[in-house]
Amino acid sequence: MCLAIPGKVLEITDLGFSRIAKVEFGGVTRQVSLDFVPETQPGDYVLVHVGFAISRVSPEEAERTYELLRQIQEADEIPPEEPL
Amino acid sequence: MKYLDEYRDADITRALAARIRARVTRSWVLMEICGGQTHTLMRYGLPDLLPPEIELVHGPGCPVCVAPLEFVDRAIEIASRPGVIFVSYGDMLRVPGSRSDLFRVRAAGGDVRIAYSPLEAVKLAQEYPTRQVVFFGIGFETTAPANAMAVWHARRLGLTNFSMLVSHVLVPPAVRLILGSPSNRVQGFIAPGHVCTIMGHREYETLSAEFHVPIVVGGFEPVDLLEAIAMLVDQLEDGRAQLENQYSRSVTRDGNVAAQKLMEEVFEITDRKWRGIGMIPASGHRFREEYAAYDAERLFGAQEIHVEEPAECISALVLQGLKKPVDCPAFGTRCTPEQPLGAPMVSSEGACAAYYAYRRHTSPEAGQ
Repeated sequence: MCLAIPGKVLEITDLGFSRIAKVEFGGVTRQVSLDFVPETQPGDYVLVHVGFAISRVSPEEAERTYELLRQIQEADEIPPEEPL
Repeated sequence: MKYLDEYRDADITRALAARIRARVTRSWVLMEICGGQTHTLMRYGLPDLLPPEIELVHGPGCPVCVAPLEFVDRAIEIASRPGVIFVSYGDMLRVPGSRSDLFRVRAAGGDVRIAYSPLEAVKLAQEYPTRQVVFFGIGFETTAPANAMAVWHARRLGLTNFSMLVSHVLVPPAVRLILGSPSNRVQGFIAPGHVCTIMGHREYETLSAEFHVPIVVGGFEPVDLLEAIAMLVDQLEDGRAQLENQYSRSVTRDGNVAAQKLMEEVFEITDRKWRGIGMIPASGHRFREEYAAYDAERLFGAQEIHVEEPAECISALVLQGLKKPVDCPAFGTRCTPEQPLGAPMVSSEGACAAYYAYRRHTSPEAGQ
C-alpha cells in the first residue's frame, strides 16, 4: 500500500485545476498527478504512489547518501594488515 | 533505474552488514513498522546477513491487515448491492471477511473492480452516472492525501454518485501503543519512509524523546534498510536515543505540506479499531461534516456489526510483533495466500505473506 517508486518526469500538462505529468519508470510511462508537488519540472525524479507524485527526489541528498555508502565500501575493501 | 539500482547494490549491502557486525556488542531488538520494509528484508534475505544479536520484529504497518473484520464485512455488503460499482486496491480483494471476500462477491455477479489509483474510481463515476461508485479507501498517511484528492475532484466535478468507505489509520498512535505496552521488547524503530514523506518526522522526534528510543526514518531498498539498521545500532551502542533520517532523498522534517493540508481539509482524526490490536485513540480518519455527502458509511447505513475472528489465526500477535509468522501452526498448511485465515497472509505488505513468499523453506530458527 505504501509502495512508491521513483520515475523521471518527461513532460507536464497544465489542466488549470491540476498538473499532470508523463513519468517514465524504467521504460514504462504513466500519467501522474503533480497536485502535491506543484514545483516539479521536467527532468526531475518524483516518487509516485497510487498515481500521485508525493515528493521530488533530492539529487543532493541522494548523492550525499551514495557517497557515504561508497566510502564504507572502500574502507571495507582495504585488506587487513599482515600480522608481524 | 536511477534511485533504485544503486540502493540494491550487493557490495554496498554486504559492506553495511559487515559494519553492523563489527559494531554490535550485545543483543538488540529492532522493529520495522512498515510492511513494505518487511517484504524488502525477506525478499533480499537481509536477516541472514545480520549478526545473531540483531532481532528484527515486524510491525503493524499493513493497512489491509489492520482493517477490522467488520469493516471488510461492510465492504462486502455494499459491494453485493445491485447498482453499485465497488472499486478497491487489489490487495483487499482476497482478504477474508467473516463469511466471504470481495473475490467471491465478484464471482457471484457483483461489480467489483481493481484500481491502481483512486482517480480511476472518480473516472468510473463520470462514465456511469446512473451507478453508485464506491471506493474502498484504506491506507496510512501515505495514501490518505491521494484518497482526499479523489474526493476533492469528485466535488469539483459535481459528482453525486461517488463515495468512499474510509478506513485510514495513522502510524504514530500505534507506535505509542507498542512502546507503552508492558510486554514491549522493541529497543529501536525504523520509521516508515513514505508515511514520513507526507507527514515529515516531527511526530517521530516526539516519540523518540518521550520513550527515549532511537528512531531512524528508513527507505525501502536493501541498502536503505541496512543503513537504517546500522544507524540504529550506532545509537544503541552509543547510548543515544534520537530521531535520524536515513531516507533524506525523500523525507524532510516538515513533509509534504500541500498533501497534509488537503488531507486535513477532507478528513478529521477519530478513534479507530485496528484488527488484531483493538481500539486505538485518535488513530484514524473519518470524513469532515462538509464532505459527509461522500461518506459511504452514511450513504449505505452504518449499523454496528459484531463478528468473531477465526480462532486459529494468530495475526493479532504477529501484528504486535509478539510472534513470528512461522510460530503459527497453520502457517503454510491451513493458511496460505490462496486460502488465507487472516489478512497478513494476503497483503503484499503482510508479514505472513512475506515469510510465505521468501522463507517458508527455511527452518523456524532461521526465521528468527
